[in-house]
Amino acid sequence: MFGTHYRIERKSIALAVTIMIVASIGGLIEIAPLFTIDDTVESDPSMRVYTPLELAGRNIYMREGCYACHSQMVRTLQDEVERYGPYSLAVESKYDHPMLWGSKRTGPDLARLGGKYSDQWHTAHLKNPRDVVPQSIMPRYKWLSESQLQTKHLGDDLRALRAVGVPYTDAMIENASDDAVAQASPDDDTAGLTKRYGDATQIRSFDGDKATVSEMDALVAYLQILGKLSDAAHQPPPPKE
Amino acid sequence: MVSGLTVSERQWSMAILVIVAFVGLAMAAAGANRADPMQAHGFIVLLFSLAVFCFVLRDYYQPEPAAARLASYYDDPSKAGIVVAMLWAVFGMFIGDWVAWLLAFPDLTFDAAWSSFGRLRPAHTTGVIFGFGGNALIATSFHVMQRTSRARLPDQFSPWFVLVGYNLFCLLAISGYFLGITQSKEYAEPEWYADIWLVIVWVVYLVLYLRTLARRKEPHIYVANWYYLAFILVVAILHVVNNLAVPASFAGAKSYSLFSGVQDAMTQWWYGHNAVAFFLTAGFLGMLYYYLPKRAGRPIYSYRMSIIGFWGITFFYMWAGSHHLHYTALPQWVQTLGMTFSVMLLVPSWIAAANALLTLNGAWDKVRDDATLRFMMMAAVFYGLSTFEGSFMAIRSVNALSHYTDWTIGHVHAGAMGWVALITFGSIYAVVPWLWKRERMYSPVLVEVHFWLALAGTLIYVFAMWNSGIIQGLMWRTYNDSGTLTYSFLDTMVAMHPYYVARAIGGLLFLLGAIVGCYNIWMTIRRPSELPAASGDIPLPVNLQPAE
Repeated sequence: MFGTHYRIERKSIALAVTIMIVASIGGLIEIAPLFTIDDTVESDPSMRVYTPLELAGRNIYMREGCYACHSQMVRTLQDEVERYGPYSLAVESKYDHPMLWGSKRTGPDLARLGGKYSDQWHTAHLKNPRDVVPQSIMPRYKWLSESQLQTKHLGDDLRALRAVGVPYTDAMIENASDDAVAQASPDDDTAGLTKRYGDATQIRSFDGDKATVSEMDALVAYLQILGKLSDAAHQPPPPKE
Repeated sequence: MVSGLTVSERQWSMAILVIVAFVGLAMAAAGANRADPMQAHGFIVLLFSLAVFCFVLRDYYQPEPAAARLASYYDDPSKAGIVVAMLWAVFGMFIGDWVAWLLAFPDLTFDAAWSSFGRLRPAHTTGVIFGFGGNALIATSFHVMQRTSRARLPDQFSPWFVLVGYNLFCLLAISGYFLGITQSKEYAEPEWYADIWLVIVWVVYLVLYLRTLARRKEPHIYVANWYYLAFILVVAILHVVNNLAVPASFAGAKSYSLFSGVQDAMTQWWYGHNAVAFFLTAGFLGMLYYYLPKRAGRPIYSYRMSIIGFWGITFFYMWAGSHHLHYTALPQWVQTLGMTFSVMLLVPSWIAAANALLTLNGAWDKVRDDATLRFMMMAAVFYGLSTFEGSFMAIRSVNALSHYTDWTIGHVHAGAMGWVALITFGSIYAVVPWLWKRERMYSPVLVEVHFWLALAGTLIYVFAMWNSGIIQGLMWRTYNDSGTLTYSFLDTMVAMHPYYVARAIGGLLFLLGAIVGCYNIWMTIRRPSELPAASGDIPLPVNLQPAE
């Protein structure tokens, strides 16, 4: 063994190739089967996609680095299920490019946040968390209500997501900008939006200001949908065959 | 520095800089057209390349260097890299300590988007890992590969391309976070165009390394080079696979990663854990294997331990990433594989650490007297401790408690401060007098001061995080007599406050140490040269055949 090495360490290309081979094995064996074994991701035909407004909100969540302090992954441990809700399934982040499972809970897990608090609570909390939770150490995000959401190019975002596997239709891509505005404008015509994204789509002014669509609207719309794209986690597990 | 380049190398530099400037201009124009933050990055690229262009132009008409330069090693890029690494160290550690204070006192910041915790935190991690660590690795690798090959760098242009190009990447990464440009993948936050640029820089780095090895006058490739080579090669694989993404538009910064959900999570932590393995471990073991024996004046203890340690680390580490995903939606068979290999990883890790410490046998009096060597010894000790802790935390039932808590943060910093930063400071204190041809550092006392500040800072930090992590993990799972959870999340968060203050104090001591180091290095450089080149520190003639 050491004799072989004595020869390899005298040839730089042989050494480089050996390093590449030895280092590739682990990743190949652990990652490649995740794409081919059907059990890896549960199936949920009724799962819906993010609306353009929710997607914009998700991008704001990423831009502000929320994932650094909040996980979106309830582990299969009793205390987590009792604290946050049903443990997370792989299918729930099937359309998440990238996933936001997180690695640290400086703040609580958000996988089941949707519907837990009112829009008013979220807006006030994001503007200054200590107005609502005096001991909170979360940063203030008051500029979110002041900045208007850029919706013009959301169609490009949907098209890119379709390229990586999210089933957005041509109509969704074409109407992305209008749909984003419509979702935060309950008084406007929202028939097209519900036709494309389903009746369960939450349509309201999330930041309480109907006049404009702000980044706050988008972020709160996203927070209110967390854990609600799929019901799979709330179903009893299928009986073993 | 420019006067050391040949005229054709100066022309190459200027041509490349003009191309990069035009790319920057195109990015700025495209971004402006879409009101996209890429616009700002375009201007940064443009200004950066124009500034470097002016720097080259200033000395363009200087006479060409004499052919005598080929008789000595080419160290200008190493010198620049070390200075830049120390500047990034102060920047990254300052941001790190700032965010540490923010966790104790959340309003200690400006009322602006760029200065909120979520945007500062990746600026800290990128600043210390890629800015400080990466530049130190590039600078020392140029130094080490020439000495261990007894050969000069094959040309003078590509090392500068690697160093300057890499720092442009770091600049794009960190300015991006402040501007809100991020992929949100931890330790792989930069967007697609910065990632592509890093690939170009990295390929030039690999080719430079292989060309230098090809010119070597020693028949055997020394251990330090195995590690540097593994660092370059595997980081390339990890970077390319984990950053596969589709941009929303080539005129905009935003992209969407190719993988989603569970596959993305596994790819991300395969990357994340092996960034620790091949960026923060392999590269720095390369440093350790050269500077520790040189400074101690002792040969490496065991050749066979070097081999087992190296291949064990190269093979086992790549399986370990899934221990970041215990009890998640990742299939259990992958979790079990990750845990198993993480525990086995302890063997090669401790072999490498033991090989370093046993090398010091017969030189322990030097460890006592010489703070530079003590930096390296303490780094090997922390390497051993944090790899033990890592294997322990990868066990599923331990991970159930430690994951998502500050214990992870403490573990990372035991490795990052105790191992990575200490070996880097030790190596820099060893190499600075060699590179600038000084008898010793300006002030050995300040090296001593830095050592104790760094050690105290690390210990305070790590103990604070052990306490907060374990306490919070236990509080989350505490049930009362009626069978319900005892503590709300808020209760457990409030309990962290004293440890967050202690951690920020530890970080402050560490930062102060780095500032003292900068001053000491600056004064060493400024002091007039006293020594001629150390005898024997020259490459062997080009036409000499390797000795068999």
